[in-house]
Amino acid sequence: MPQGEVLEFTGVTKEFGAVAAVQDFSARVEPGVVTGFLGPNGAGKTTTLRILLGLVRATSGRATIGGTAYADLSSPLRSVGAALEAASFHPGRSAANHLKVYAQAARLPRTRVDEVLTTVGLADVAGRRVGGYSLGMRQRLGLAFALLGDPGVLVLDEPTNGLDPEGIIWMRGLLRELARQGRTVLVSSHLLTEVQQTADRLLIISNGSLVFQGSVEDLAEPAEQAVIVDSPDRQALAEALTGAGIAFENLRTGVSVRGGDPADIGAIALAAGVALSGLQKKGPSLEEVFLGLVNGSRVHPSAAASHTSAAAAAPLLAEPGAPDEVAEEAAPEVVAEEVVAEEATPDESVPDEPVAAEVAATEAVATEPSDEEPADVAPTTADSDEDEDEDEDQALPTFAPVSSFAVAATGVIEVVPRASDDDDPDRSDGRPHTATHDDTAAHEDTAAHDEPRENDDNEERS
Amino acid sequence: MSLVAATRSETTKVFSTVGWWILAIVLVLYVGSTAAGLAFVFAASASGDLTGGAGTPTLSADGLAPVLYSIGGSIGYVFPLLIGTLMVTTEFRHQTLTPTLLATPKRGMVLWAKLTAGVIIGAMYGLISVVSAALPAAGVLAGFGLDTELGSGDTWALFARTLLALMLWTLVGIGVGTLVRNQVVAIVVVLAFTQFVEPILRLAGGFVDWLAEVTRFLPGAASDALIGASIYNVMGAGASDGLEWWHGGIVLLAYALILLLVGHIASWTRDVT
Repeated sequence: MPQGEVLEFTGVTKEFGAVAAVQDFSARVEPGVVTGFLGPNGAGKTTTLRILLGLVRATSGRATIGGTAYADLSSPLRSVGAALEAASFHPGRSAANHLKVYAQAARLPRTRVDEVLTTVGLADVAGRRVGGYSLGMRQRLGLAFALLGDPGVLVLDEPTNGLDPEGIIWMRGLLRELARQGRTVLVSSHLLTEVQQTADRLLIISNGSLVFQGSVEDLAEPAEQAVIVDSPDRQALAEALTGAGIAFENLRTGVSVRGGDPADIGAIALAAGVALSGLQKKGPSLEEVFLGLVNGSRVHPSAAASHTSAAAAAPLLAEPGAPDEVAEEAAPEVVAEEVVAEEATPDESVPDEPVAAEVAATEAVATEPSDEEPADVAPTTADSDEDEDEDEDQALPTFAPVSSFAVAATGVIEVVPRASDDDDPDRSDGRPHTATHDDTAAHEDTAAHDEPRENDDNEERS
Repeated sequence: MSLVAATRSETTKVFSTVGWWILAIVLVLYVGSTAAGLAFVFAASASGDLTGGAGTPTLSADGLAPVLYSIGGSIGYVFPLLIGTLMVTTEFRHQTLTPTLLATPKRGMVLWAKLTAGVIIGAMYGLISVVSAALPAAGVLAGFGLDTELGSGDTWALFARTLLALMLWTLVGIGVGTLVRNQVVAIVVVLAFTQFVEPILRLAGGFVDWLAEVTRFLPGAASDALIGASIYNVMGAGASDGLEWWHGGIVLLAYALILLLVGHIASWTRDVT
């Protein structure tokens, strides 16, 4: 069984004229696991992979396979199998001949052609011209090419594009099996949900720079999660929690305990004889974390060292689509927020909350017409989901909101760079920008912009 | 990834698509019918059966056969030229350069493999072209009772030089393809130059002495010099004082090398995206 090699990118930079497609990209891809290579379209994924494969020359830096540049591999197809996004087939050549061409070039036995065609399920159509193939069949043929030399390293660019659901499940199973055999599997995608189910580790690239490197678990910080608990008798619940010495915040939908364990909370309620109507763990979905990393509103320490300034530099339009629900949910919740008496939560962020809620409410009205009166929100006592999330960021030492964005009713996200970013040296230490900082005033100016994004942290995580 | 393996891969590429035999069929029809038609006209004229119109010079039967046999080179050369060009431009057109370079990452090696395969394929086209010209021409000559000269060593030397010329033309084609990545543009350039530009220049060279000094170094003229006889000479379009045959071969090789060198630097080593 061929053994995987470590893929190593060291300071890889590629400039096309004045445009840097990839900048100072350093990452390590280990064998034995599936590594997802994520980033929006145009983030530099394909260029990075092509540099690894020796097809594109890096302006500076080095990409190696087991310490060797691709061009210096003694038998490249036996070491690395690659399927890149571009459909690289002569339409007039049959699938079998397509593979035969490269089997000959790499001195592979002819039998490999039939073997890999069987593996990818194209044995029946091997003699047909590739020009008549569907997109899914071409993807399978691309994979057959990658598997031709039975390589220890597989590099696949968007391999599930064009596959039907059955094909996607098959592909996932195959990738997992290949990794289980000890091979190195690097799979790129622009969809987190696509690699989330397959990948053990993730590299996330945005605007040519690495913004995250680590396991899927690392992506969602446990500290960012909260237990949402509710009871018909809120008052009794609050007393029980206070009695147990557990800090919590009131929400419209219940009470939130940061970083709590549902079992503990349930036990406390039971001991106090409080009937519960809800008990669940909540946190931001991986998709939201991913989007935050990609548009620069989050910075992860795994990539922060080389990248913080770059992420903060340019506002950009995130991909529309996914955050639609954020806009729809955010506005009514803010506006319709119940006024909950706030006594039990002495909180560092209190001075900040009224401003946040107020401005958010105003903004929500502006973007989404509503019957509710913004004036309903009492500035001094308002407590909202937003506040809770604000707090979450606070207790989270690793994620710093570098720039924020506002979600318009159309679902388009506009990234709003914080005015205070560039001259705020605290930013580089990775600490969140919240009311605990001395520059509360500066924060108040920008707090409103945070609201819609942070509200989406309430998305249930399953 | 030795040269042998890469060359086998290149020949498989050519023979696993329909382009090569379509070009071969057109070659057989074009060269064969031209050779047969001209052989009929020349043989009839030389044997006195065809008494000419306005001042057509009566051809002597002597030296008729080599001129007819050379049609395989002087007309057929455009086919190996096209095949050579296509060997490179299809890689760009269908983006097969990516898997090619994944299998053989050293680009110089890929180009050498294409040149080696080009020599083999050029020889094959040369053989087809020589046969397509010689068979009908010899048949017609024999039919008119004229000497086919197939027993002469000079005739077989001419066949061999035609083969060599067509091999070199394949290399020129690979050079063109390396330099001009766009397949359509490359084909248009090849056809326009070989079918219009050069014939017109050589025709003009027949009337202007100083121009003839230049036109004999054109690739087609060099090729005709290498082959040693040309239909263009008979038709008065060629420079009467052409190059020595081996000079012609060197000039043609120089065209291939210059195109390959410039193409390698300007295009072949560029990023493949």
